[in-house]
This record gives sequence, structure tokens and C-alpha cells, in this order.
Amino acid sequence: MPLVDEQLARVLRVDLTNKRYRVERRDDLFSRYLGGTGVAVQLLKENLNPRVDPLSPDNVVVMAVGVLTGVYPAASKLVAMFKSPLTGNLGESHAGGRAALALRMSGFGALVLEGSSETPIYLSVHDGRVEFKDASALWGVRSSLTIGKVLREREPWPGLRSIMRIGRAGERLVRYASVILETYRHFGRLGLGAVWGSKRLKALVIGGRRAVPVADVRGYREIYKQIFEECLRSPSTRKYHELGTAENVMPLNEIGGLPTRNLRSARFEGAELISGERFAKESLARRIACAHCPIACVHIASIREIYPGEKYFYVTRYISYDYEPIYALGSMLGVSEIEGILKLIEQTDILGLDAISSGVALAWATEAFERGVISERETIVRPEWGDWRTYLKMLELIVDQPNDFYGVLAEGTERASERYGCQDCALTFGGNEMPGYHTGPASHIGYLIGLRHSHLDNAGYSLDQRYLGKSYPDPDALVDELVEEESWRQVLTSLVICLFARGVYKPEMISRALKPLGIEIDEEDLRALGREIYREKLDLKIRMGFDPSRLRVPRRIFETPSPQGRIDEGYVMRALDRYRRIAVPPH
Amino acid sequence: MPARRLELVDPDLCVGCMSCMFACSRRFGDSGLNYSAIHVRSVGGVERGFTVIVCRACDDPSCAKVCPTSALRMRRGGGVTLDAKLCIGCGYCVRACPFGAIFWDGVNDKPIICTHCGYCVDFCPYGVLRVM
Ligand code: SF4
Ligand code: SF4
Ligand code: SF4
Repeated sequence: MPLVDEQLARVLRVDLTNKRYRVERRDDLFSRYLGGTGVAVQLLKENLNPRVDPLSPDNVVVMAVGVLTGVYPAASKLVAMFKSPLTGNLGESHAGGRAALALRMSGFGALVLEGSSETPIYLSVHDGRVEFKDASALWGVRSSLTIGKVLREREPWPGLRSIMRIGRAGERLVRYASVILETYRHFGRLGLGAVWGSKRLKALVIGGRRAVPVADVRGYREIYKQIFEECLRSPSTRKYHELGTAENVMPLNEIGGLPTRNLRSARFEGAELISGERFAKESLARRIACAHCPIACVHIASIREIYPGEKYFYVTRYISYDYEPIYALGSMLGVSEIEGILKLIEQTDILGLDAISSGVALAWATEAFERGVISERETIVRPEWGDWRTYLKMLELIVDQPNDFYGVLAEGTERASERYGCQDCALTFGGNEMPGYHTGPASHIGYLIGLRHSHLDNAGYSLDQRYLGKSYPDPDALVDELVEEESWRQVLTSLVICLFARGVYKPEMISRALKPLGIEIDEEDLRALGREIYREKLDLKIRMGFDPSRLRVPRRIFETPSPQGRIDEGYVMRALDRYRRIAVPPH
Repeated sequence: MPARRLELVDPDLCVGCMSCMFACSRRFGDSGLNYSAIHVRSVGGVERGFTVIVCRACDDPSCAKVCPTSALRMRRGGGVTLDAKLCIGCGYCVRACPFGAIFWDGVNDKPIICTHCGYCVDFCPYGVLRVM
């Protein structure tokens, strides 16, 4: 089927080494895979040697949107794919904000970044052109927020652009450095920021405004209205607008699934103090939305501080919060003060660090310190549960890397624990620091076998919750269910639908939504497409060296009881066995 | 019956979702944003909230005064209407509107003029807009 919007098939290829760009038409990819994950996997397969060093100029970054972006609500994610410097394997990260819309409005469906600049640069993409601009003066600037402010003034398309940039963590190649956009959204996980840093790409500004033709106007308007209304009405999306994901703190704590103090416990005595309800009452300042999303789940808190040394002089700062950073920089570190959590989140934004990986790394360091595995010679300051002021300094130290220890900690928790010990308490899965759910076997098996090692891959945590108090499936059935869910999610992320709107975008709805765009595909074929993309992605991972038989399972998860009771090691091993048989089918 | 006009209730309620912009653009059948007569942007960073830029339905409109071909004519109830056949695409109106509320249709090279139809109001989930 030819695409009604031809511009979607335009792939912008940017060669950072030679400061050149060209546009390639890939109707084949977009009409077959619809965009996002499906297209990015193929572009990466074509352009990246799977064995390259992720921080070398040979790494390639692909960013892609899908046929629904700028057309229906909540198709608002930009998918980035690259080789991850954190895991040494496939990196896939999704960001909201305006990035997805801006890419499509600028007349492209995907962007491929190749090579590496000799000196710091930033890219400005608009009106079909790419400008390579000197960023030497921006390199080393203390805060990534300043970079955003500076570029806001200099670049065109206010309101219709995305300003993506790295902080000092990316420049200094911290392997879990993020890319920050629009102040509050991120490519957080798996170290895209370090890849940009290694390419000396400080920022990317992209924007535009254009019409996207549809095939059947009446059908389009009708389905648009239905999706729009459901986004607002459905309880599955309302909750994201109300308390936001922070709502999870209390229920997770009640069932005993809230990772606390490096998962030595799954209940936090300070949970109530850092709950979504508390955040809303004490510090919520406003809620905002990603471009073209009526749900508006982004929660922004304010903190007001008195200026040191000046009477009656206050400064108000704004920081966004979510469940994951509250877990990683809150309960996981024993921090029960909202002010502390907000300042830690702010610090990760200023430096350009992934909040989850940072929190888990600090939690490991704190426990290793407590056990005497490392001492002040390594840590310089004295980490202690709940002491957020010290953690603020440690985040700086991870970026500055004044000694060997911080140099290794900047490579991630997995490597730090290999080098210094306390491996059983290093909470990483496939090399990636764990998300905030200790809800039972499915969550952890989910992180291990999920192709991004993320809780959003297959929602193992929600299976745990669904089976709470009921009879738990056997390991084979559980793995099959996880793989099936993850396969379906490939369709969602190829259409770059925000996973918070997954309850609205059911297979039937997607099939109907595609029709006015001239794409006929029924529910069964959509599911089959998901399985195909899953397989393609897994295949790419295997080519990058992913070996499901060598997955390390942190012992800690068997020690701390979950809402399903103590997790049985035998059960997890049997599940992994099953997965190996799926992942590497016998020929 | 007096002519309808679009009004801003309270821009502080705006979450920046751009649903109004997509709605306005959709009136012409396409998706995307090319035809939107309403524009939402942050006030220097999303943390400070948003400003909604749209025609104020002036009784004495600056835009009409500078139009060299009288393509913009005063509308009953305020604001202007565009006679596209007369419009030569000079863009004077864009510069004349003190609110910056005239946008440019890059496909047809014509200004985009709010008709105060109220379609966008139905798609603002947070009560920022209304028609009177
Ligand atoms: S476009 Fe501007 S000047 Fe013209 S009527 Fe509207 S607000 Fe007034
Ligand atoms: S009133 Fe009509 S023309 Fe004016 S901004 Fe709203 S939808 Fe567009
Ligand atoms: S639809 Fe309403 S809340 Fe959304 S951007 Fe427009 S005015 Fe703001």
C-alpha cells in the first residue's frame, strides 16, 4: 500500500563526521512496519555493524515516528535506537515532549545520525535543511537547562519544535547519561546521552509545521473524536492526569512491592511522605502535556527557596516528578523528604543523568559502603540512607569522576559491582538498573527477558498484580504471556503510541484508525506484525551478543519477600529455560 | 443573533496539549498543523505555563487596515474574513496584528484567519476556550 503522506517515508541521514546530510525515501519500510520501533530496527540493521564499540564514531542512532504521529492523539513518542554503552547491547529509548511531532512536522519520518564530529556541534533541522552549528561554547556549561534556554532564543519555530540536548554527564560519557528535551522529558534509559557525547553532538533542534493528508476525511474526523474522547474518559488514562504515575507509591507499598534501600525491603516506612497524594498537596504546580496528547500526565512541582545571603529574596524552581524517579531517588535510597527527592531529580536533569540508573547505582554504593566493601577512599563522601544532601554530591562526582571508583560507577552498577564486589546486591538486569517494581516473579523475569530490560517491555509487574491472591501460572505459561504482550507492544511503539494510552488503542481501534489513512490491516495481521518486529529485534540483539543463557539474576530478589511471597529461584530458572528455547529456536 | 466569537477563559488552565491546534487545522480535511489559526506556546519554558495566541475579534482590526487589496474585511461581531481570491499573499496582515494571531498557510501561501467557528472549543479538554 502506498503511503498517503509521502513525506513520512523520508529518512534524513546526517553524517556528523563530514557535516553532510541527505534524504532517502523508504516507503518500503514505513508501509510495512508503520514507523517507530519496527522501522528503527531495520534502519539499525542496515547501518550498524553490531560489534562496534558503542562509544566509537561507528555507533549509529536512529530516531523514528509513525503513521499516527500528528494525526491522532497520544501517538506522541519518538523512538531512539542505538547500541547502548550501558549494556553493550541494543538500546531503545522513547521520549515524549514535542520531539515526535517536530520530526514529522519538519517533513521526515526518521533520522539517522552517523559518524562523529571533531569539535562540539549542534544541529538545527527545519524547512528541509540541516545546519551544523558550533557548540564549543555550550560544551561544559554547568546545566543542561541553560542549554535549553539559550537555544530557545536562538532557534526558530517556537511552540512547534523540540530542543534535545545532553548535559555534562553525556559529555563525560557516563554510560547512563540521558538526552533531555523540553525541560521535562527524556531519553532516559540506556545511555543515549553518552552516545551523543561521544559524537560531540550537544543538541538537536528540530521543528516545523505542515499538513498531513489523509485518505478519508470523514472517517478520520469520526475516529479522531472517538479516540480523543476515550483518552479523556477512560479510567485507564484519567489516573495519569490526576495523581499521575506517582499514584503508585501507596498501593505498591501496601502490597509490599516498593523497592526500598537497595531492595533490602519492599516496604518503606516513609512511603506516605513521598506518595502521589503528598506530592500533589505539597508541591504540585502544574500539569502539562506532550504535544498532541489530551491526557496531560506530566506533573511539575515547585520548590521555593530563600536565597543565601540576601534577605527576602526567594527563588522558585520547577521540577517534574513521576513514579520511577520517586522510587529510584526516594525509597531506593531511603529518602522520605519530598524536597530531597525533587532536588535529586533536578540534579539528574541539570547533569543529564538517567534518574533510575543513578538511584540504583547510589543504592548499590551505599550498601557496599555499609558492608565495608568500599570505603571513603572510594566514595570520598559518606553515603547514608536518606541523606540526600550527600547523594546530591555523589551525582556530581559520578559526572566529574575524580577517582577510579567514580570512573567505574559512571560505567554502571553492573561494572562497579564486578570490580568492587557486592554483586548480589547490584540490582541490574541485562546490565540495566532495575525499575521500581518488586511485585513478584513476573516483574523480574520481565526485566530479564524484555528486549530493553525495562518494565514497559512486557509489563511483568501488572501480571504479578493480576495474579495476586490467585493461582500463579506455571513458568512456561508465564513466559509465553510475557512474550505475547511484548510482541503486541511492538505494534504500539511502532505507531509510537504512548503506552499510557494503550488501553485506548486496542487492536480493533488501531485497525479502524489506520483505515482513513489508507492502510487496511486487521487485528490478526497487526498481532502478526508485532510478532515479526519482536523477532527482528531479538535477532538484532542476538547479533549484538545477547545471550539469554548468560543472564545474571541478582540474588537479592530471592531474599526480599515480594507480594507473591519469597520468589522461588527454581521457578525463575525454569522460566529462563523456556525463554532460551523461544529466543534461540532449534534449527 | 449576534455573531459568535472565540474567547479565552483562562490560559493558566492550558496544559499545552495542542488539541485545539489540531482541531482547527482539521477543519480543512488534513491532519497536521498547517491550517491552524490558533497557536499555543510556552511562556519561555513549559514550567511557566502557556500562552494561547488566537484572534481577539477586534472591533477595529489592525490587520484589515494594512491589507492592500481589501481581501480582509471586517466581520460582524469582530475580527475579519478573508476573501482568498483577492489575497496576493503579501503577509502585511501577519506583521500588523499586534497579537501575532495571524499564521501562514505554507501550502497555499495565504494567511490563516480565525473564523470564530468554535470547533477548537470542543477539543479543549481543560476549559481554556469558549465561544460567546
Ligand atoms: S487578526 Fe489580529 S488584528 Fe486582525 S482582528 Fe484578529 S486579533 Fe485583531
Ligand atoms: S474558532 Fe475556528 S477558526 Fe478560530 S481557532 Fe477555533 S477552530 Fe480555528
Ligand atoms: S486544547 Fe486547551 S489545553 Fe490544549 S493546548 Fe489548546 S487551549 Fe491549551
